[in-house]
Amino acid sequence: MKNLSVAQILRDLDSGQYSSRELTQYYIDRIEANNSKLNAYVTCDFSHALAKADIQDELRNKGEASALSGLPIAHKDIFCTEGLRTTAGSKMLGEFVPPYTATVVSNFDEHGAILLGKTNMDEFAMGSSNENSFYGATLNPWDTSRIPGGSSGGSAAAVAADLCAAATGTDTGGSIRQPAAMCGITGVKPTYGRASRWGMIAYASSLDQAGPMTRSAEDAAILLEAMCGHDAKDSTSIPQDPPKLVESLNNPIKGLRIGICKEYLSHELNPSIAENVLASVEILKSQGAIISEVSLPNVQHAIPAYYIIAPAEASANLSRFDGVRFGYRCDEPKDLNDLYTRSRSEGFGAEVKNRIMIGSFALSTGYYDAYYGKAQQIRRLIKNDFMTAFNQVDLIVGPISPSPAFKIGEKTSNPTDMYLQDIFTVTANLVGLPAASIPSGFVDGLPVGLQLIGNHFDEATLLKAAHSFQQATDFHKQFAEVS
Amino acid sequence: MQIDTDLVKNVAQLSQLTIEEDKLDATIKDLNQILALADQMENIDTDGVEPMANPLDSVQRLRPDVVTESNRREAYQSNAPQVEQGYFLVPRVVE
Repeated sequence: MKNLSVAQILRDLDSGQYSSRELTQYYIDRIEANNSKLNAYVTCDFSHALAKADIQDELRNKGEASALSGLPIAHKDIFCTEGLRTTAGSKMLGEFVPPYTATVVSNFDEHGAILLGKTNMDEFAMGSSNENSFYGATLNPWDTSRIPGGSSGGSAAAVAADLCAAATGTDTGGSIRQPAAMCGITGVKPTYGRASRWGMIAYASSLDQAGPMTRSAEDAAILLEAMCGHDAKDSTSIPQDPPKLVESLNNPIKGLRIGICKEYLSHELNPSIAENVLASVEILKSQGAIISEVSLPNVQHAIPAYYIIAPAEASANLSRFDGVRFGYRCDEPKDLNDLYTRSRSEGFGAEVKNRIMIGSFALSTGYYDAYYGKAQQIRRLIKNDFMTAFNQVDLIVGPISPSPAFKIGEKTSNPTDMYLQDIFTVTANLVGLPAASIPSGFVDGLPVGLQLIGNHFDEATLLKAAHSFQQATDFHKQFAEVS
Repeated sequence: MQIDTDLVKNVAQLSQLTIEEDKLDATIKDLNQILALADQMENIDTDGVEPMANPLDSVQRLRPDVVTESNRREAYQSNAPQVEQGYFLVPRVVE
């Protein structure tokens, strides 16, 4: 059963090669044998998973299977799951058992998917290495002395180590794409508003977007069709049906206009990664894509703008954690103010507190215009750059991360070292564009990813190009061996 | 822009956070590094550029003003640190 794709599993379940119970048990055995080495899962509920697998097997036998009937997956521990603890990687939510289920999760449930467990993450999705989790860092299955990327590092490691068939992640500044690249899997952040944010614990609401983390572009297309769609409970949800992606996956990419962002390759970038991007572009060119250079002059300002906008939104979102209605409360508060401040100070980790303070500062009287207002203007300039570029090309390609997975502890001495990891990924969030990371080779024996960025709502072109690339390469079929 | 002790204490208060005295210097150093990054925005010409709050420039959608949720107080309060007779309990506010 090892390293099966979602597409293969769905065919096998259909033809009766194995049952969902057998498959679910396979992943449970894998998790029990390997999770202590990787720390990919924070919470699991195997008896519930097996019971649900039995139900899906029965439905399949009766000819009533849904699109994902019996498919064992994992959800990032940022999606609320009714009755199953949801921590967001924080001590603040260490005992939080949601009274409701996130729309993305219920979409998967309705399609018959089986939940194996909840995956580890940087606290409140704030981080690029998974080292900010209160539940300990997740380790990279390719080299357990290294980080898996973040913030959806637990999901990336779980897929890469075959501890689930596929997983969900969320991406506010690269949190799906960067760990996908570093763990050698495929990750897609759809257009802002495609997947409902309802029940997804908020970090920065104008940037947050859920997406799939899978072994292939085909698997990502299958999952996106199931998880996306309009949700009246999220006021920023796009009032459109889920995109049709699987049917156009095999369309040829002949004539597809692909732009290489010249600013991305002139940045301080590991030369092997720059070479990898150019070599990957050659593969797409050989399949008929028309390659040109595009200029996005304002992307160099994306990191400062992002690291004001995201913390500003976070400072507002995280004000709900007050020790009163849910979440951690300090012992023996001496008055109401002490209850608020001590519950928050003890419940949040250092990086979360830093970002809340930067956000509060950027929104405060006297500094608002120079920081928050300015960042929002730069956000517009970056969007204008992309919209101009999309008049000339259909897709933009570039690197995902300046380097392959780094060592645990290598970049924890100052916060901005870590922030610069996100330099190539935050732009898609600021502009709301769909973007993917696909395995594109190895640098120093570690997987790296190619980034594809599409125009708003055009996931179909993004997935088609990613799938085409994977027909000519086998990087996505190379798997980590956890020892 | 440099954050000093007074400003960081003010920002902490706005954030309902306290910073322990022995972590004050490290916090000031971290925040100043982040602000140094943000200060790179200073010289970018943004005159007349309309700020952008939503990536699709959407405006807030409104829904009909009708009741859609049922009362699930007990379920919602099951996560509360302290409740009594349907109320959330906090330390005494009025003497």
